[in-house]
Amino acid sequence: MSQRLQTGGRLIDRSKEVTFTFNHTRYKGYAGDTLASALLGAGKSLLGRSFKYHRARGLVASGVEEPNVLVNLGKGDRLEPDQRATTTELFDGAVASSQNHWPTLAFDVGAINDYAYRMLPAGFYYKTFMLSTWAWHKVFEPVVRQAAGLGAAPTKADADRYEQAYAYCDVLVAGGGVAGLMAALKAAAEGKRVLVAEQTAHWGGRAPVDGGEIEGMAPEAWVKKTLEALGKMDNVRLMTRTMVAGLHDHGYAILYERVGDHVPDEGRPRHRLWRVRAGLTKVASGAIERPLAFAGNDVPGVMLASAVRDYIVNWAVSPGKEIVVVTNNDDAYRTALCALDAGMKVVAVLDAREWAHGPLVEAVKARGVRVLEGHAVSKVRGKSGVVAVEICHQDSTGSVLEVLGCDCVAMSGGWSPVVHLYSHSGGKVMWDEAGAMFRPDPARPPVGDKGQPIAEVVGAANGALTLSALCAEAGVAGGAEEENPITPVWIMPAKAGNDLKFKAFLDYQNDVKVSDVQLAAREGYASVEHTKRYTTLGMATDQGKLSNINGLAILSDALGQAIPQTGTTTFRPPYTPISFGAVTGEARGDIFQPLRKTPMHGWHEAHGVHWEPVGLWRRPYTYPRKGEGHRDSVNREIVNTRTNVGLLDASTLGKIVVKGPDAGKFLDMMYTNMMSTLPVGKCRYGLMCSDNGFLIDDGVVVRLAEDTWLCHTTSGGADHIHGHMEDWLQCEWWDWKVYTANLTEQYAQIAVVGPKARKLLEKLGGMDVSKEGMPFMTFKDGELAGFPVRVYRISFSGELSYEIAVPANMGLALWEKLHEAGAEFGVMPYGTEALHVMRAEKGFIMIGDETDGTVIPQDLNLGWAISKKKEDFLGKRAQMRTHMADPDRWKLVGLETLDGTVLPDGVYAVDEGVNENNQRNVQGRVTSTYYSPTLKKGIAMGLVKHGPERMGEVLDFPADNGVVLQARIVDPVFYDKAGEKADV
Amino acid sequence: MRRYSIFAVAREALRYHAGWEKAWASPEPKKRYDVIVVGAGGHGLATAYYLGKVHGITNVAVIEKGWLGGGNTGRNTTIIRSNYLQDPSAAIYEKARSLYEGLSADLNYNVMFSPRGLLMLAQSEHEVRGYKRTVYANNLQGVETRWITPGEVKDLVPILNIEGPRYPVLGALYQERGGTARHDAVAWGYARKCSAMGMDIIQNCEVTGVRTARGKVVGVNTTKGEIDCSKLAMVVAGHSSVLAEMAGFRLPIESAALQAWVSEPIKPTIDVVVMANLVHGYMSQSDKGELVIGGGTDGFNNYTQRGSWHHVEQTTRALVETFPVISRLKMLRQWGGIVDMTGDRSPILSKTPVGGIYVNCGWGTGGFKAIPGSGYAMAELVAKDYSPLAADFGLDRFKEGRFIDESVAAGVAH
Amino acid sequence: MLTLTCPCCGVTVEETELAPGGEAHLKRFGPGSTDEEFETYMFARKNPKGVHFERWRHAYGCGKWFLTARCTATLEVFGSYPAQTTEPPAELIAKIKEKRPGWEGYK
Repeated sequence: MSQRLQTGGRLIDRSKEVTFTFNHTRYKGYAGDTLASALLGAGKSLLGRSFKYHRARGLVASGVEEPNVLVNLGKGDRLEPDQRATTTELFDGAVASSQNHWPTLAFDVGAINDYAYRMLPAGFYYKTFMLSTWAWHKVFEPVVRQAAGLGAAPTKADADRYEQAYAYCDVLVAGGGVAGLMAALKAAAEGKRVLVAEQTAHWGGRAPVDGGEIEGMAPEAWVKKTLEALGKMDNVRLMTRTMVAGLHDHGYAILYERVGDHVPDEGRPRHRLWRVRAGLTKVASGAIERPLAFAGNDVPGVMLASAVRDYIVNWAVSPGKEIVVVTNNDDAYRTALCALDAGMKVVAVLDAREWAHGPLVEAVKARGVRVLEGHAVSKVRGKSGVVAVEICHQDSTGSVLEVLGCDCVAMSGGWSPVVHLYSHSGGKVMWDEAGAMFRPDPARPPVGDKGQPIAEVVGAANGALTLSALCAEAGVAGGAEEENPITPVWIMPAKAGNDLKFKAFLDYQNDVKVSDVQLAAREGYASVEHTKRYTTLGMATDQGKLSNINGLAILSDALGQAIPQTGTTTFRPPYTPISFGAVTGEARGDIFQPLRKTPMHGWHEAHGVHWEPVGLWRRPYTYPRKGEGHRDSVNREIVNTRTNVGLLDASTLGKIVVKGPDAGKFLDMMYTNMMSTLPVGKCRYGLMCSDNGFLIDDGVVVRLAEDTWLCHTTSGGADHIHGHMEDWLQCEWWDWKVYTANLTEQYAQIAVVGPKARKLLEKLGGMDVSKEGMPFMTFKDGELAGFPVRVYRISFSGELSYEIAVPANMGLALWEKLHEAGAEFGVMPYGTEALHVMRAEKGFIMIGDETDGTVIPQDLNLGWAISKKKEDFLGKRAQMRTHMADPDRWKLVGLETLDGTVLPDGVYAVDEGVNENNQRNVQGRVTSTYYSPTLKKGIAMGLVKHGPERMGEVLDFPADNGVVLQARIVDPVFYDKAGEKADV
Repeated sequence: MRRYSIFAVAREALRYHAGWEKAWASPEPKKRYDVIVVGAGGHGLATAYYLGKVHGITNVAVIEKGWLGGGNTGRNTTIIRSNYLQDPSAAIYEKARSLYEGLSADLNYNVMFSPRGLLMLAQSEHEVRGYKRTVYANNLQGVETRWITPGEVKDLVPILNIEGPRYPVLGALYQERGGTARHDAVAWGYARKCSAMGMDIIQNCEVTGVRTARGKVVGVNTTKGEIDCSKLAMVVAGHSSVLAEMAGFRLPIESAALQAWVSEPIKPTIDVVVMANLVHGYMSQSDKGELVIGGGTDGFNNYTQRGSWHHVEQTTRALVETFPVISRLKMLRQWGGIVDMTGDRSPILSKTPVGGIYVNCGWGTGGFKAIPGSGYAMAELVAKDYSPLAADFGLDRFKEGRFIDESVAAGVAH
Repeated sequence: MLTLTCPCCGVTVEETELAPGGEAHLKRFGPGSTDEEFETYMFARKNPKGVHFERWRHAYGCGKWFLTARCTATLEVFGSYPAQTTEPPAELIAKIKEKRPGWEGYK
């Protein structure tokens, strides 16, 4: 049984006790513990259940690679599922529970799967449950889904906050172990800006646990000295609890800082996501120990040899009382020595190599430990904890030689360099036969914008697995005991039969066994990617940190090919999972996206507006009064505007000034109609097409001066159209002398609309707004109630209408003045919906309604706005193509239901019969449809095949619930056909 | 081919599954085939399968430069839907969706098609109108969709925040028989059936040249030697431009990266596929429990299968805003695929300027859902020189100005 | 996340400051051109796996369009230059040829 040792523990502070609960039971730990070390110290070894077979599982590792002990941490709005116990720093009041079992961790009904393991090999689900889609979806899949998944699904919104930040450096060091610190020191001494990121709360990596000597000092002392030196340098930034999650193109690194996880009550942001541009990333991410694949290697109590050392040295926790070490390399002997020092009994060291020797081996032997060369574990006995191991010769089928009682097995299959960051942006790895590992290929690094390498790898990540090798690589004096070469062992014992291979786990969490990989190979899933996907090897939350190389080796063996020939799967970011909260940052809720506000925004809000999002703007949809539905208020706004006077906040309309000697020529290219001939002081409605012929925007163009035009665009289109103009000016006609500026936000614009509009403006006083003084489709600069204004006599409603532009900072004051002065005329604000209805009553098109990216001006009977005289304009050539010149294209008409009801939005007019694909033939569709309070009936516009030639015809529109509505083709202008009301 | 079934699994269980045969053979190429399909992704394999099944053409090779199913088939977000606006799109995607309904039984391979339902959220008045229009169009096209209210949305997806402060949900376009499938299984299932019909699936074999004579194709050069054929179907998605260049013509295609990512697995929390196009994100939950997320495409040409990080942030924000409960979940893995985008963002299934060469590409971000329909139509086109399902997707449309523009209804990726 | 140098500002900027604009040096065909010419101008795009000339706008900076030569397989950027030109500068071509001896050149 695991327990806390009386002395030791370099990372814990025994003076500070910490209380936490696990599965509703209270436990004690110390400050500096991880949740894992505290649980182990409290004697808990059964801590989780596996994904598929629900097998009992305990800790196998001590760091980010832990696949088994994932917990639900916290509760309610702070619940985090799938949290690794090994990377959770313990804090007072922590609440954790184990996952993936029912009803309890100790008694899990799902464990029945383990008895049926033979029925559930890799990919069994591809071969079964095919009865019918119904049966799969309704019967089998729900069972699969409920059984799968790991942690609990959160049900509450996150209560924490997150931050994002930028940083720039010449050298980013990923990893604060000895190799990383050496690299940092070197770069810093060269005067480079250095950022060092260490994923844990502690510096020094493995060296303080594993021992040795650096520059005459113990590693711990050397780390302390080095940190002090680095800390004094202005060009160095040291960050703990910060993981380099991904190294992206052009040296863009994503760092994940866990700011508040360990102190959840201090009010800090929980995580901070750093986006770092690094000139060069020194990858010092270390190596991860590999398990050995023997039967029962997943029983709680079987751990990586290095993890056993970590728990003893770092946290003073012994994972058992009697330990068996099984290895194929010298490093694991350190675990035997460490266990002996901690007072544990080392029952034996099983070394799969035929001949074990060297200083570490001798040191263990000298302390009276049995070292069995050429030996292996045949099988681990025990279910929820190790009871004994059956041992055998490595080169055998597993015939049991002896049974060794023990409660802990420390295993080491060698080490795999952590090459993830090197690989994220395309760096390649190569197989190192002697070291039995993939390590970075320095000849094929990830490259940056200049083709230069953006990553270099140092230390264990580069395959310098021993302190001696690491120091030699860095040119620093130091080292540890000499080690003899590893002998790769991929299956233990080498000739294990089915009964053993079906219990020898590779991917712990996903329950992928040696037999599964061999099955995949046998069935032809021979690419490493096929095997991964077929067996789910390496697809668990540890992303194959423990399993990939072992699985790959077994696949290679099964295929009878060398490991490099099999290759690896691609390493994808992030290195370990990062919270969506951190990726999101502060952009949520009200500030999810930037909000653009007109100067009158606050007024609208104070007057009960119902908003409509338009791009990043919000526009008033309508202003409902108490007790009014939206439909009622829209109707009221329309009626009032058509009988009295209404005010519209039109500030969002795009306003682009185009100026210069060639401005007229330029606008003649941009618009389908002629703008160069527009007299100064006049307004003209214009259409803009893409060069592919489609209508993209419309608006009123005003000639301000001989060389200056002002182009109004749609609200959503301002930025896009400005960009479109600049594109043509800069990239096609760069010798034309034209200047453009987007003035949209410089002006507030208010439409004063209705029969009493003139009276209202006259009351304000300051300029002549009479029919003669300011005729329809002209503008004037002047003053109204003391405000400097530019007044356009244009109308999108069919009423007498003035659009008044004022400098943005005066917008609200003018708006309020108009309300105040207009009270006697019955002034009311109106919103976008009233605007839409009124323009539809007039048969005016709306970009986005009558157009959808597939419509050309000719479809909308806007031929009058297409110049016949101009040789060229954007879209002209395109509109000559056969399909665009096709007389069968649908054309704009008005539509009126026979009974006056409103046609539904988007409904289609059917034609006889079906097409080749058995779809009902159609001959038209509704583009805009509204109830007209003016006409007291439904009105609509639509596109209909040969529409304008078919006035009076009745079309069928299948609507909802089998109802077919009938509507007559009519003129699209429903209101004031003669256009007398606007021009008064 | 031995049938897969629960009984076969049970039988094999008794002998430790030693008796399973290879899912597909890996032969050396023959000298000549009636049809060579280049590209053993979903579309290529489905083309081969329906050539055999519907048209009786089985002297077929499917050539793949990497591993079968290794392109976008194996790196998409597995969404299946047919709620398209334009007739030609609705026809081919609905053909695909309806074939998915019976695909597991047809292939004797469980592709796990799960009609869990699919929602497209409307979060602006413009989207409301667009999706209502789509519903009416779909009903005439034989595609079952309907408009549902915010309340119904909430009932289907309780974790969805329909009252977000910026873009409240105004309703949704709902396709009840849309859903997801297991992407790899689709490729593997087709491959196994093709192999069983006697077709040769040749992996790790790259086409290095296309041989023509008198304006007609006669064969291809590959890294495994010269192979002759009467007809050649190019079904290579992002690499279509490169292959077309070998045959001497250019395609209106640009290749760009599209990214996806998954969370760590959790217990079931969302049953329906949700697409929030206004804010650019979509999400579903896999059978394994991972939330599967995708977003927008990079705007520049790219063959690296890696996209730009800011898209990941944007889409994650959109989804945290839509589903506030996912904020504390963690991103497990992020990856990219190379999508082939055409001038109107609709696919190309077409004859080409070279006789006997047919091209199927340009599926952009929407390829997976189309696989069976695309294969069915392509097989017909190759076999008969004409397919009603493919007729509108010809290369000639770009010259005629006859586009199939779906951005009308759904502005973003699928 | 690319970084590109804006030749107008002379600074290297993040991709998030930029708007991509597709293939560079397109020749526009207007009225008077054939259907084929117009189709080629509008849709036929170079899509090489390798050196590609393309347009970018420093949208959240100076607002200027500029052109770059970039490798679509490695994302290496060979250089950028102002948009007011009909073909890439000779020295840029020479630089790319030196770095990519097998490159067929601008065509």
